[in-house]
Amino acid sequence: MANWPRWVIKWSRSMPEVVQGPDDAPLARPASPWDLFVAFTLLALQGFGGVIAIAQRELCERRRWLTPQDFVELLSSAQVLPGPNVCNLSLMIGDRFFGLRGACAALGGMIAAPLALMLLLAWLMALAPDASPAHGVIRGALGGMAAVAAGQIVGTVLKLAAPLKNHPLSWPACVGLAGLAFAMMTVLHWPLVWVLLGLGGTACLVTYAVLRRRKTA
Amino acid sequence: MSATVQHVVAPLVWAPQAWWTLFQHFLALSLMSIGGAITLVSEMHRQLVVESRLLSDADFTAAIALAQAAPGPNVLFVALIGWYSAGLVGALVSMLGIMLPSTTLALSASRWVARRKHWLSVQAFQGGMTPVTVGLLLATGYLLTPSLENPSALLLSMVVAGLVWRTKVPLMALVAAGGVLGALGWV
Repeated sequence: MANWPRWVIKWSRSMPEVVQGPDDAPLARPASPWDLFVAFTLLALQGFGGVIAIAQRELCERRRWLTPQDFVELLSSAQVLPGPNVCNLSLMIGDRFFGLRGACAALGGMIAAPLALMLLLAWLMALAPDASPAHGVIRGALGGMAAVAAGQIVGTVLKLAAPLKNHPLSWPACVGLAGLAFAMMTVLHWPLVWVLLGLGGTACLVTYAVLRRRKTA
Repeated sequence: MSATVQHVVAPLVWAPQAWWTLFQHFLALSLMSIGGAITLVSEMHRQLVVESRLLSDADFTAAIALAQAAPGPNVLFVALIGWYSAGLVGALVSMLGIMLPSTTLALSASRWVARRKHWLSVQAFQGGMTPVTVGLLLATGYLLTPSLENPSALLLSMVVAGLVWRTKVPLMALVAAGGVLGALGWV
């Protein structure tokens, strides 16, 4: 960060009402459900091509409401349950701070503004037919943004892998499990449910055995 | 995106029959959407486009493309399908249908887990799933990453991954930069 042009640093620090603390600062918490609603609205509106990357940045690093470990644990639960994982994640985070009101506030923030924006966009696009000269430019811009979105997810994964160093199953085993999950999805093209039940189930059983032995030892 | 400029939607259309069909359809799919509603796209297409004929094939594709490009959770494509099928109310009932069962389950399940955090099995579940989650998320990133046939876009993705991993550069700045580079035809 130190090597960034001054305007970038200045801009990143001037983002709304949040002080960026050092990485070992104690966790903060939202002041009210309204605070949650605003935070989730802002992060959802910044989530082009997926919300996970921006959610991790906002919740763990800028607002410091969760540790990366909390984040990845909640994401794991959110993922095995049906429903969009970022929506499940916002429910769980909201519930953790303010119960049902918090859950509704966080989920509402995640959905309301992007939904309104998107319907407005769909309506306007239908009203203004065929802006063909602009189409190539728009398609190009979307392609560039999609490439950035993919990179953001990969960068976020690299950050979320850090807490695995303290995992009961040792770091190499975790890397192996993550690699297997990756291969099952991208090379073998297994359905997600199989990967979650098969690999996830096995990983949970082995972790259970390790924790059990550690407790009795 | 060009497919979106095909038919003019009347936002305030009166179509209780279509609203009910949409609501029921998404309500039934909700609890099957492990991994997100996007995994059920082919089923939605079969029921809504082929069988119920609520919207055209072009509108269906446009709904997914537009939702991917717009900010926010990807599940919003469900609202767009409702919008193209039956206007504003269609969008809202579709969203309600897809969200209601899964959020109820997610909330009760996460509370059940939170009350039993001291249980060894709960700790094992959360711990054991974590590396798998990391791998799955990496797979998502990989599947979205441009292929070798488009080396400049691939390079852009890799640079962004490095920046996000190691620096605190604002993510919106990266998205904006990607948009500009793409609009100029450089990636």
